Amino acid sequence: MSDSHAADLKKHVRIYILVFVSLMVLTLVTVAVSYLHLPVHQAIGVALLIASVKGSLVACYFMHLISEKKLILWVMLLTVVFFIVLLLLPVFTTADRIRI
Amino acid sequence: MSDMEIPYTVAARPDTGLNNGKIGIWLFLASEVMLFGALFASYILLRTGATEWPHGSHYLNVPLATLNTIVLISSSVTMVMAWYSLKIDNFTKFRLYMAATVGFGAVFLVVKYFEYSAKFHHGYFPKTNTFLAIYFTMTGLHMLHVLGGMAVNAYLWGPGAKLWKKDKAHFTNRVENSGLFWHFVDLVWIFLFPVLYLL
Repeated sequence: MSDSHAADLKKHVRIYILVFVSLMVLTLVTVAVSYLHLPVHQAIGVALLIASVKGSLVACYFMHLISEKKLILWVMLLTVVFFIVLLLLPVFTTADRIRI
Repeated sequence: MSDMEIPYTVAARPDTGLNNGKIGIWLFLASEVMLFGALFASYILLRTGATEWPHGSHYLNVPLATLNTIVLISSSVTMVMAWYSLKIDNFTKFRLYMAATVGFGAVFLVVKYFEYSAKFHHGYFPKTNTFLAIYFTMTGLHMLHVLGGMAVNAYLWGPGAKLWKKDKAHFTNRVENSGLFWHFVDLVWIFLFPVLYLL
């Protein structure tokens, strides 16, 4: 993040607090949902969806990715692609007898 | 030759448009994503290949892990506030927020210590079964990251803070980079928590 104006920085504090409250609420939601004992596939979907939203909030606002230089965004985008491929590899290899 | 100037600690490098510390920490975090990615991939491979897999709450303490999630999220906020305090030139507040960040990290480790102790007490070890093996591996590696982050943050709170008097912008950048690592550690836990404890 480049040097912003003081007023701009004040606005950031409001955003940090908002993100903090959202993360807390989402944490409680994900725990509450786990007590509903949904079928495994649904439970995994909901838990990963909430975790992804939480992760994005941390990356975008606490790590300032939302206002970061393009070079870093490209590096991280490439990393995310490799990360997804890495996660899919074992799924492909066991796709014929997947049980979860 | 005593004080050799390290280039681009504050000024942006013309070709990258960023200072070297910033690009360095992000490349490091990219490698960290792949490190934890390998473990998450192992988890998927083990789980899909297992004949049965326990629900995390069968072995693990969900309320304690929820508490630890709240602790780490809080530490991320105090971390970003520590950096913000330097941005508005308030060193006293920086010290306060940084101390809170290190403190939250310590609370996380203490809670984890109680969790691990309870497991060992019940005779649950990495060798007990595949679920516990991957649980101890992933949380153990994550704990090492918490320790590492705490060490750097404690250094920046203490002796490392001398740099503030010499070069404010350089010190602020160091805190920002340390913060980026700390937020990453929080981010990893955000995924570890549901994957290991709630599913």
